Amino acid sequence: MAATQAEADIHLDGVSKRFGDMTAVDDLTMSIPRGSFFAMLGPSGCGKTTTLRMIGGFEDPSEGKVFLGGSEVTQLPPYKRDVNTVFQSYALFPHLSVERNVAFGLERKKVGKAEALKRANEALELVQLGHLGKRKPAQLSGGQQQRVALARALVNRPRALLLDEPLGALDLRLRKQLQIELKRIQQDVGITFVHVTHDQEEAMSMADTIAVMNGGRIEQAGSATELYERPRTAFVANFLGISNLIEAKVTGDQRVATHDGVALHAPECAGLIGDVQIGVRPEKITLILDGEPVPDGSNVLRGKILVAAFLGVSIQYVIQAAGGEELTVFAQNTDGTEAFGAGREVQLVWKPEHTFVVQRG
Amino acid sequence: MSLQRRRKLLPWLFIGPGLLWLLIFFLYPLLNQASVSLMSGNPEQGYDLTWTFSNYWDAISEYKEQFGRSILYAGISTVLCLIIGFPLAYFAAFHAGRWKNLILLLIILPFFMSYVLRTVAWQLILSDDGTVVSVFRTLGLLSDDGRLLASSTAVIAGITYNFLPFMALPLYVALEKIDPRLLEAATDLYASRATAFRKVTVPLALPGIFAGSLLTFIPACGDFINAALLGTPQQYMIGNVIQSKFLNILDYPQAAALSFTLMLFILVGIFLYARLLGARNLTQAAV
Ligand SMILES: Nc1ncnc2c1ncn2[C@@H]1O[C@H](COP(=O)(O)OP(=O)(O)O)[C@@H](O)[C@H]1O
Ligand SMILES: [Mg+2]
Repeated sequence: MAATQAEADIHLDGVSKRFGDMTAVDDLTMSIPRGSFFAMLGPSGCGKTTTLRMIGGFEDPSEGKVFLGGSEVTQLPPYKRDVNTVFQSYALFPHLSVERNVAFGLERKKVGKAEALKRANEALELVQLGHLGKRKPAQLSGGQQQRVALARALVNRPRALLLDEPLGALDLRLRKQLQIELKRIQQDVGITFVHVTHDQEEAMSMADTIAVMNGGRIEQAGSATELYERPRTAFVANFLGISNLIEAKVTGDQRVATHDGVALHAPECAGLIGDVQIGVRPEKITLILDGEPVPDGSNVLRGKILVAAFLGVSIQYVIQAAGGEELTVFAQNTDGTEAFGAGREVQLVWKPEHTFVVQRG
Repeated sequence: MSLQRRRKLLPWLFIGPGLLWLLIFFLYPLLNQASVSLMSGNPEQGYDLTWTFSNYWDAISEYKEQFGRSILYAGISTVLCLIIGFPLAYFAAFHAGRWKNLILLLIILPFFMSYVLRTVAWQLILSDDGTVVSVFRTLGLLSDDGRLLASSTAVIAGITYNFLPFMALPLYVALEKIDPRLLEAATDLYASRATAFRKVTVPLALPGIFAGSLLTFIPACGDFINAALLGTPQQYMIGNVIQSKFLNILDYPQAAALSFTLMLFILVGIFLYARLLGARNLTQAAV
């Protein structure tokens, strides 16, 4: 989170939210830089919606402060906050036509009716629904309703747009299409997007910055690459892709030993001591048959192939490591040779810098 | 019988009983009364169908005062029911939490007692030596010999009380269907709570307001119990006239003519009311 509080569009300072004795959001501090596409990623129930609702003004924080554009808004009602929400359920007004839905915010801001309708129709053009302005929301498909909800928020040109699982109700194909469209629109209008999702692929493909949430806290925030290549917790490692975690101990400077005693080189383990887990992403591992030479300085584990599945672009292996854990390996299908068969003894080889280390949790 | 023919028959099988019921117990009496309304004669020798359309003009001109009063009392009561019923239904729908069912039960509780008895109870409540009158007199809302019973106020109060559930329940149903997230969306889009109420809650409650108003206004127009028990002949409504013509004077043609005239008034009223609220809103807001 590079932005300082002053240049952040949205800043949360020690925000907590409790429902009864249940803590939904736990002492959360974060800054969302102006104009960024910020994703909040986490499993269902981790507090994403609650966080978003506190930014939008629908929930009062039990503790902490909310800032928009540098000024505190903690006590302001939603209609006095310069952010707009795209609700997961869309929440389109069923009694108003599509264009009147989109014009609703502008009309409240005392933009003249004609001008409001004109801008509403421009916003509908932006989401490619210019021709449907006269319809009622119930006459639109789910994907179209989603776009109307987006247009209805965007047309107000708010400081930030809050999107709560905006694509969650759509089928996969439509979701992929709208992901690209959302990203395009965000780049066009330059408004800060805060996008809540539990879909890691969605977060990784769209966001500049991802905050991974768990149990009401942010586990780690950063770019998709950072989170994927250098996760700092086992939760983050597991939530973003396959992580191949192995129990280990720090034995010295950049040195770790797995629980079954294999010494490995781990440049990333600085600052960590004692029990840790090391991990390596499946596509970083090369398989070399037992007894054949491995490149100097590599990390090597031994194992036996349990499953080899040919996927076309790659071969997915499930390998039982000598230490007992099942590890996944993706071998790029670059030369079109036959996969190693199940039962073969292999060496799993990877470069030390691809090793990530997390504290045992 | 082929499958296709059976398929065609099935809907008739379903609506058959209801249709038959309506034919026998609604349409037949209606037509019968329509013909009665055009008869002439007297109770002793009986009545014959003579196509005496003047029955209608006689009825209207003779009882226009009672007609007017029916519509006035029913109208005022409907508005009062709306004013009392809306907050009640609103509270039950949005804020009552676990008390919701209790409130609904309280709304329909009066139905457990007979209509006439309920109205007799109001006679006691409003009687000259009752608490309400004495409190009103102390507060100066009534003069020292002022009465509540036997006044228009009493009749309107009785009608309002008796028909409140018919207003409150449809309102509750309409309000309860409103997704609270729509109100959040409205405040998100810069509407204050008051504006959100005006621009979202009320339009979406329109079908309930419409249904409740009809369920209150129509029976209230034809009501005679409240005027008979809580009023005097000065407060009599058209229902009282029809009742006495049918049951006491046995002037069936006039009674039937009055009934049909009332029906016509109400139909025209409903039509105008639907136009006023916007028939499109009524059907589409309900989706
Ligand atoms: N109004 C509420 N009352 C009680 N508990 C709530 C309320 N809203 C959310 N919660 C609880 O707070 C936790 C976080 O919820 P939420 O923010 O909706 O999670 P997410 O959006 O990440 O799925 C959940 O355990 C949920 O049950
Ligand atoms: Mg949620």
